[in-house]
Amino acid sequence: MQWEVVIGLETHTQLQTKSKQFSGASTTYGADPNTQACEVSIALPGVLPVLNKEAVECAIKFGLAIEAEMAPRSVFSRKNYFYPDLPKGYQISQFELPVVGKGKITIQVPATKNTEAYEKVINITRAHLEEDAGKSVHGAVEGMSGIDLNRAGTPLLEIVTEPDMRSAAEAVAYAKKLHELVQWIGICDGNMQEGSFRCDVNVSVRPKGSDKLGTRREIKNLNSFKFMQQAIEYETQWQIETLEDGGTIQQATVLFNPDTGETRAMRSKEEANDYRYFPDPDLLPLEVTEADKARVKALMPELPQALQARLVSEYQLSSYDASTLTASRSQADYFVATVAAGAEPKQAANWVMGALSAKLNAEEKSIVDSPVSAAQLAALLKRIADNTISNNAAKQVFEGLWAGEGEVDAIIEAKGLKQVSDTGAIEAIINEVLAANQAMVDEYKAGKEKAFNALVGQCMKASKGKANPAQVNELLKAKLG
Amino acid sequence: MINSSLKQLGQQLASKQVSSVELTQAYLQRMAQLNPTINAYVTIDEDKTLAQARAADARIATGDFGPLTGIPLAQKDIFCAKGWRTTCSSKMLETFISPYDAHVISQFDAAGAVNLGKTNMDEFAMGSSNETSYFGGVKNPWDFDRVPGGSSGGSAAAVAARLCAAATGTDTGGSIRQPASLCGFTGLKPTYGLVSRYGMIAFASSLDQAGPMAKSAEDCALMLNVMAGFDERDSTSVNREKEDYTRGLAAMTGEQPLKGLRIGLPKEYFAEGLSADVAKVIETAIAEYKKLGAEIVEVSLPNNNLSIPVYYVLAPAEASSNLSRYDGVRYGHRAAEYNDLMEMYMKSRAEGFGAEVKRRILIGTYVLSAGYYDAYYLKAQQIRRLIAQDFVEAFKHCDVIMGPAAPSTAFKAGEKTSDPVAMYLEDLYTIAVNLAGLPGMSIPAGFAQNSEGKALPVGLQIIGNYFDEARMLEIGHAYQQVTDWHTQMPEGIA
Repeated sequence: MQWEVVIGLETHTQLQTKSKQFSGASTTYGADPNTQACEVSIALPGVLPVLNKEAVECAIKFGLAIEAEMAPRSVFSRKNYFYPDLPKGYQISQFELPVVGKGKITIQVPATKNTEAYEKVINITRAHLEEDAGKSVHGAVEGMSGIDLNRAGTPLLEIVTEPDMRSAAEAVAYAKKLHELVQWIGICDGNMQEGSFRCDVNVSVRPKGSDKLGTRREIKNLNSFKFMQQAIEYETQWQIETLEDGGTIQQATVLFNPDTGETRAMRSKEEANDYRYFPDPDLLPLEVTEADKARVKALMPELPQALQARLVSEYQLSSYDASTLTASRSQADYFVATVAAGAEPKQAANWVMGALSAKLNAEEKSIVDSPVSAAQLAALLKRIADNTISNNAAKQVFEGLWAGEGEVDAIIEAKGLKQVSDTGAIEAIINEVLAANQAMVDEYKAGKEKAFNALVGQCMKASKGKANPAQVNELLKAKLG
Repeated sequence: MINSSLKQLGQQLASKQVSSVELTQAYLQRMAQLNPTINAYVTIDEDKTLAQARAADARIATGDFGPLTGIPLAQKDIFCAKGWRTTCSSKMLETFISPYDAHVISQFDAAGAVNLGKTNMDEFAMGSSNETSYFGGVKNPWDFDRVPGGSSGGSAAAVAARLCAAATGTDTGGSIRQPASLCGFTGLKPTYGLVSRYGMIAFASSLDQAGPMAKSAEDCALMLNVMAGFDERDSTSVNREKEDYTRGLAAMTGEQPLKGLRIGLPKEYFAEGLSADVAKVIETAIAEYKKLGAEIVEVSLPNNNLSIPVYYVLAPAEASSNLSRYDGVRYGHRAAEYNDLMEMYMKSRAEGFGAEVKRRILIGTYVLSAGYYDAYYLKAQQIRRLIAQDFVEAFKHCDVIMGPAAPSTAFKAGEKTSDPVAMYLEDLYTIAVNLAGLPGMSIPAGFAQNSEGKALPVGLQIIGNYFDEARMLEIGHAYQQVTDWHTQMPEGIA
């Protein structure tokens, strides 16, 4: 039988706010245990929550970014359960009425050996505000468990998709896109190691062609794209094998073990909590007006979709280039800055996506830390455009820039890379080459096109690579008439 | 002196006829003498109290003081007070020392008032007789065999026995007004949102409201001036301009100061359930109001009979969640021995909470459970709106509503402890006011003779429209200008 996997994601993004979701305590990561736990974080008797306006702004930004429906009124509810790192015995979350409703995110699924790259729209069901729990710390004191409440109350936006993804590649493409988007609009630092961006993945399988959903298992707390890919692939295979062996899938929460590459059930549905949700009487309903949305919109950067469209219409880039360049805000910013500094857009795009990107990858550097600035790259591209240097020479200049050898013109000078564009000088070289290579000339005249390229090569060699290749081509053609 | 009004005490302090330390010591002496019997206070800390009195005297000496500077007050043990043991009369918090001040406490501190101690109450404010307290019951100063009402029973007894100049209470379903009725003093539950709940240990968040408990309407007005006000730490606190609740009191003199006032009498408040002796006192009080110029209008609160069942769904639902934080992990009672986390939770909570608290946690957990939520919690919320709507309709025909605050006079200790529903009926006339979020007040209106020939106080309830506290206090004050029920003291405590 042919099987199809159905995947939906729930992502907890930690919002970049100065203080916690419902109190003034700081949210800085890595402080000593319980030093960022105020009376509200500890849930002392009598304390009350006050909603963080900055967190609401983050939620509105996200809603605007995915063109979501946003209810004028949403409600905070209590999710009741006992756990040592949950100080109040309930988590304040949104249940029936979330702040962000239905929206969509377009993903680019990269090509593989067997498939071409494609785009797909993933529907977002909802996004809601909630607070994080603290952390249990085991083993810090022999035979005891400790509780660190620094994280308790940290603002989260939980983003939930429809079960729209049909492969691990799509799920990872979505997660990466979301990861970039939340950083692009400045609501999350995206730090997966510190837990700022955590994904729960719901996986089920069904016979291909069926429109009924299979029973899902939820893989909890994946904090790397690599693990996500592995976990989904393992889980999918496990479910298919279980069903093919005549077994059934029990709804369950599972954990991925990166060491073994396997998923293992943590708790089954029968053991699941009844969370006894009810509206939190300590908080008023959250009102989001059109004016609030307009105010927040004015604070937002140009969104990737809009920038992408602009790159196509204004700079005549292909939609592939536009989408690649806007895959991350830092890369898009770099490209826009390069063009703003005078570079020709298509050439800038090729360099940013090509040489620069390759070098950054090779040295595992982020574009914001690139040793070659956008202004420097623009200066370099201008020297290609005005025929001062050839493309090949430009690569050497780029290496020089990367190594910090100085500015573009100084490097060209120092390395003697200036291109010869003087017609007379080039003609002299051509004449010499033609005289020395009569055999090739004859071949060309006999109809062998290849011989022409060989002659160009000889000319370039004779000029030590400095002759302007376009001119060489043109003049050579004229001579051979 | 013990029967002086807050205004008189303030004048004596201001004119240095008496110092705050002297006044405070006088109360501390009375407390040392009477509290072992009455059990109104659960925590007394003379050093802290006297330090505050000395600070108040220093303020008075510099001339920087207000109407309550140096005045000794009792604080219900539901308010967190920095450095004070704050227990909610529960074993769960028997050793909890609060590291912070409730908004109400810091307001009184800023006003220079002196904290005499923390008063006894029903455990986590759950009860109508103060008998659910871990620290034992409180005696009604009018008859030591009887209860003071609850849940603010300790504050009530402290005011009635003149163990403080005035006190604070909280009222979730009648916990200020019913004890005020049973102990014969003036108690006001303000509009929901008028007094910040920050630092006030939550029972049922959507109903809890703090208010003053004092000898007279005028005293309550002075107390409310300090307690009321916006606090950004409580999202349900209402941001409105500060009022002076004493501003209209002086005008309540002469012939018919209440001319034109329309008093609504809900027919449901004078039906089955009200004892005849209480009804008689209320009727006499209403007659007095007619003499003061008021008109009487009959109104109806048709859904009042649903208020108790609705309350006993909503309040326990909120309480079951509010009390989840008492888990033995961070503070409060933790069982001495346990094998694992679940056992620690279960034993700590089983040992730390009393029977009534457990009963309400169970009810609340049940009504919020999947499959029951719609039938109980959601339905109760819908009826709650109908109950509030009843008042909206009634206030189209009257300015205030009057009636009894409690169905009978103080009952005997132990009389209703085995019958929770009989106990719940104590709040028949008060609960709807909390459900609607309205202000309600009880003022002393006379006495009823019990079967043993003892005179027990009866309170008249005055219910106002939202934020009408100033007017309600004027109406109470006008009555207190022509009656002396509020100045009477129990025998043997003077």
